[in-house]
Amino acid sequence: MSFTEAMLSSLYRWSGGVKTSIGFVLVAICCLFIADLEVSSIDPWAEMWRLAEGLFHPSLMQSSLVLEALLSTLAFAFAGVALAVVGGFLLALMFHNAFVRGFCALVRSIHELFWALIFLQFFGLHPLTGLLAIAIPYSGIFARMYAEILAQVPKLPAQALPPEAGYLNTLIYTRLPLAWPHLVSYTSYRLECGIRSSAILGFVGLPTLGYYLESSFSQGYYSEVAALLMLFYLLIATKKIWLRRWTLPVLFLGSPFFLGDGMPIVWGNAWRFISEDIIPAPLRNSEAGGQWESLSELSQWASDIMLDQALPGIWNTLVLSQIALVVTGLCALLMFPLISRHCYSLPGRIPGHVLLVIARSTPEYLLAYILLQLLGPSMLPAVIALAIHNGALIGYLSGRHSNELALRSDLPNRRLDRYFYELLPRIYPSFLSFMLYRWEVIMRETAILGILGVHTLGFFVDSAIQEIRFDVALLLILTAALLNIAVDMFSRRIQRYI
Amino acid sequence: MFKMMFRVLALMLLAGSAFAAPTFVFTAIPDQDETRLKQRFQKVADYLQQELQTEVRFIPVKSYAATITAFRNNQVQLAWFGGLSGVKARELVPDSRAVAQGVEDPEFKSYFIAHQSTGLNAADHLPQSIRGLTFTFGSKGSTSGRLMPEYHLREQFGQTPDELFNRVGFSGNHSRTIALVESGAYQLGALNYKVWDAAVEAGKVDTAKVKVIWETPTYPDYQWTLRGDLDAVYGKGFTARVEQALLKMNDPELLSSFPRQGFIPASNSDFEPVRKVAKQIGLLD
Repeated sequence: MSFTEAMLSSLYRWSGGVKTSIGFVLVAICCLFIADLEVSSIDPWAEMWRLAEGLFHPSLMQSSLVLEALLSTLAFAFAGVALAVVGGFLLALMFHNAFVRGFCALVRSIHELFWALIFLQFFGLHPLTGLLAIAIPYSGIFARMYAEILAQVPKLPAQALPPEAGYLNTLIYTRLPLAWPHLVSYTSYRLECGIRSSAILGFVGLPTLGYYLESSFSQGYYSEVAALLMLFYLLIATKKIWLRRWTLPVLFLGSPFFLGDGMPIVWGNAWRFISEDIIPAPLRNSEAGGQWESLSELSQWASDIMLDQALPGIWNTLVLSQIALVVTGLCALLMFPLISRHCYSLPGRIPGHVLLVIARSTPEYLLAYILLQLLGPSMLPAVIALAIHNGALIGYLSGRHSNELALRSDLPNRRLDRYFYELLPRIYPSFLSFMLYRWEVIMRETAILGILGVHTLGFFVDSAIQEIRFDVALLLILTAALLNIAVDMFSRRIQRYI
Repeated sequence: MFKMMFRVLALMLLAGSAFAAPTFVFTAIPDQDETRLKQRFQKVADYLQQELQTEVRFIPVKSYAATITAFRNNQVQLAWFGGLSGVKARELVPDSRAVAQGVEDPEFKSYFIAHQSTGLNAADHLPQSIRGLTFTFGSKGSTSGRLMPEYHLREQFGQTPDELFNRVGFSGNHSRTIALVESGAYQLGALNYKVWDAAVEAGKVDTAKVKVIWETPTYPDYQWTLRGDLDAVYGKGFTARVEQALLKMNDPELLSSFPRQGFIPASNSDFEPVRKVAKQIGLLD
């Protein structure tokens, strides 16, 4: 048997999961050759020194302002997630419908920041902007996950019911109780994501932590940045303490009172947005010209946007996210043992927990900026920033999952053996499915890295919004949404194959 | 879900209408230090409140586009715009007018700055050797950090910035442009001359590492713009009173918020050059 045959036959014996992983790694390696990963910085150390100095001397600005920001961060997160849980659950019950599935994929494929930027046109700086910017995409996310959790429930109990038991009874008495722990665990994880999203919405003007974080950061007030970040880490790290069954109702019911008042809504603006702003410019401006003329102008307009923005944007987004995805996976596999009870004792896991909280709670945007100083502008800072953030998230989920595993009793003593021969194979399937979910998230997140001069789709969307061209923005957002839906469908296929 | 949303909507509508008393609201583009924006502009709000005898409120926003949107949506009635954002806002809001500008604004300019490793020195035009370097603008919607620098690059080199440079980034604001060029993350940058001068004076810039290599010819920039429908809402003569209040503002503490020496009258036609350039570059339809 020749060497290649041996390779092929061994490949044949590998599981779908391993083959999928190899496929992704190969694609990422190809992307490495195309991607722009140059290191070009010259002397970052002065700024880095200022940053380090600031981080070690945290100082709070006005503490009343910060307290207000903290409360509104929580308020937007809880109110938004609560709406999304209700919406997501109802949508999950209809998830067999292709239209509903498409709708959910569409709403979750648009980044919270873009939702917020759209609603800013409608409602202006009003609490509704932030609330819906979280609730809408999260509904789509919840719908998908809830539907999947409900689908995985054993069918036997439902079949044991008498045939006249209706849909609602089957749901309440068999499917829901069986799925309950998984639903709760996923929702609690999403709450943490909601707090992060809520904080980040401050970047576009909502009164949450991100507002002050971005302002201080952009002026180089690093000691204020440090204080705000530490507060945020503390909030996430102590989630287990303050997020209890008995605090939940208080938090959910209390949240609407801390959203702030904002500015009054002028409803004519919402109508104008729909009836004028998002109508393609050639149609909007065509009063004199004939129908055919404006039609050809429209196709010219659309093809210009496609060629100059959408296609390069899609290309860069794909290249960047394929590399970032694989590096994210590596980071996660390196980090999850740090919080696994099979690797370290309880005190030994504390540094791991601290590291993971910091890495997953620091907004990618901040990481990218720091790395931009160190490495110069290219895709590299984006790849690393995305990998640190998402790697820590998946590392956290995988570590948590590994803690639920009961390992065999004749476990190897050496930690390395235990990792490779026991832990890794056991968690790999769930690790892979976390990764496949994260794939579309990473794609969405490549959007916010325009500061690096990397022209992803999100870069063009942001430009269009900054230029007050919502027709262009909408076309690009829909393009991004279609790309996300395609990735989503593809990742479902892979999921089934594994 | 929709029922729930409607309920929330209805609640917020009620809450919103309770605030519908005609408070006069203004905002400013976030081109200066945003962290102190609220405190600094609160003093301006207090001044206007006293002069106009009506409730005045300042709201801070995060981007140039958000300033324009708030003005267009009539959530603010007065705004301190940059050249480009003002032109855009006035295109979107019929009858709105530029009423006052800073003493310095008719002759505003941008600086091109370079990291010392490029070996570039101050000259009366941009050298050919900037081709292929890396370059950062400030915010995408800025006049001094984007529009005018891009215009002059196109004028002098006959190419778009993307064709001219190896990489083109958007730092987000003027201070960050300085930081990024000082560290060499980008080799070149362009920004508002006042922000540079203030940073140098405050000792925040290492001028051994980064220096000005070219200053653009002057152009009109910042201005106060008012909506055209104020008299109908706030009473006859209100527009004129706002104009007067702005023009006679002379407290140095208030003026330092902008920072300007004082305010002089302005009109829409003063900003015609900015509008033409924006159209030429394709930032305006």
